Amino acid sequence: MEILKAENVSFSYDQKNYAVKNVSLSVNEGEYLAVIGHNGSGKSTLARLFNALLTPTAGSITVDGYSTADKDKTALFEIRKRVGVVFQNPDNQLVASIVEDDVAFGPENIGIKREEIDERIDYALKAVGMEGFRKSSPTRLSGGQKQRIAIAGVLALKPRILVLDESTAMLDPQGRKEILSVVKKLNREDNVAVIAITHYMEEVLAADRVAVINDGEIAMQGTPAEIFSRIKEIKAMGLELPLAAYIAEKLREKGFDIPASVMTEEELAEALCESLRKI
Amino acid sequence: MKDVTFGQYYPADSFVHRMDARIKILLSIAFIVAVFLVKSYRFTGFAACLLFVLIATAAAKVPFTRVLSSIKAIIIFVIISAILQILFNRSGTPLWEGGFITDEGLLSAGFIVARILLVVIGASLLTLTTSPVELADGIESLLKPLKVIKFPVHEFALIMSIALRFIPTLLDETDRIVKAQKARGADFESGNVFKRAKALVPVLIPLLISSFRRADELADAMDARCYAGSKNRTKYKKMRLTWRDLIGTLFIAALITGIVFINIYLTV
Repeated sequence: MEILKAENVSFSYDQKNYAVKNVSLSVNEGEYLAVIGHNGSGKSTLARLFNALLTPTAGSITVDGYSTADKDKTALFEIRKRVGVVFQNPDNQLVASIVEDDVAFGPENIGIKREEIDERIDYALKAVGMEGFRKSSPTRLSGGQKQRIAIAGVLALKPRILVLDESTAMLDPQGRKEILSVVKKLNREDNVAVIAITHYMEEVLAADRVAVINDGEIAMQGTPAEIFSRIKEIKAMGLELPLAAYIAEKLREKGFDIPASVMTEEELAEALCESLRKI
Repeated sequence: MKDVTFGQYYPADSFVHRMDARIKILLSIAFIVAVFLVKSYRFTGFAACLLFVLIATAAAKVPFTRVLSSIKAIIIFVIISAILQILFNRSGTPLWEGGFITDEGLLSAGFIVARILLVVIGASLLTLTTSPVELADGIESLLKPLKVIKFPVHEFALIMSIALRFIPTLLDETDRIVKAQKARGADFESGNVFKRAKALVPVLIPLLISSFRRADELADAMDARCYAGSKNRTKYKKMRLTWRDLIGTLFIAALITGIVFINIYLTV
């Protein structure tokens, strides 16, 4: 079932240059969609359009039947309850100096009763594996932990879609791994749809579907395997292949027999063993 | 840069920590009033205040050194006030023939130092035992009557708690900028006061710019989490008065009564 639908959406900050051009995209309940594109391709604008922080200059976005262009405040909150956005810098998303107070911020805003807020904090912190940090101060946590708290803050609103707007860009590899595994778990176990906006190719591999954005337009859409087999086009858009796919391509050029579907390190190792056995 | 710890929260589970933030704020004000109630040179009054502080510190399970370290921030101010009193208080009898330091000058210097120190210690006991969020909530609750005159109480409290939340973040940022500018050859250590103040400009401007960017992003993040002002908003943390608050109030009442008694019946 479709939960978010963008139809012919265009957006311009200055009425001259369009950051997003004629984008049509839909996300199903429980789906994991990755949106990739190089810097300035308009992918962050897209995140802001999804939860009505921005409204389309042309076209429409509907979330579970509510249009983001609706001027009515209740529609706005219904959308923001359903679409949780996690931004890039964890420091600039945390409101309170104690973890549980920060997670409570969203539920407080929509008027949830105290007992239920308690339950929601429990759920959200458990979902991101931070239940032991309820009374801690976020300033003492690592980048990855802070970002997990930011995700918990969004989860406390029980969203149907989690939008990650380059949420791993400021983290170290360890933090990036933490966030990825938390997001995958949420997607699989709690059936939360995910829109992961990123320029790290490694993060695309977990997705069901990939949309490649170039200059505000959707240039390609498909499964990760389909996308990464179009190596030349990807390079032309200034994007890089996942490391394993890159090595596989170089090996193919040298005459090794490695299928184009290879994307992860495990698959590469497998394919290498296979091709070496033939020699 | 990091040791600006004037009254930082000291997490613990104690009698004082569990008291209602509103009561603690009111009691701290009452304590400061009590310190000012002490009449000139009734040092026994200050002794009573000190006893109160010691009991409160013990009940708060805060190491006394932490309480004392709050004095560090104002020590220069204290010394200057004492010196001014000693040098310029001309009443009383000079300590030696023709000298300008009088016995009363010394007494009043001691009196003022004791008063300032007690006030600061009292205030820091509040911030040591009350988290910034509780403090902001407490102030919000206490200011509620001002809503009648359209004072934005909720917004005021939120601004305050966000400011407190961002102090460590901005300190980190300042540290980073200072290092970055040093790496580019900036000199913060030499020259007179004016030169050094001028050297801070390349630190303050990037800090200001990044603060605005942070504010912008925070506003987006708050919007994204359905923030819409105080309307229809619930509060997760409820403040409740307990027997602890009653005992605290009785303690302060006893202190004030004691001081009034000392003012009337004692001369020292």
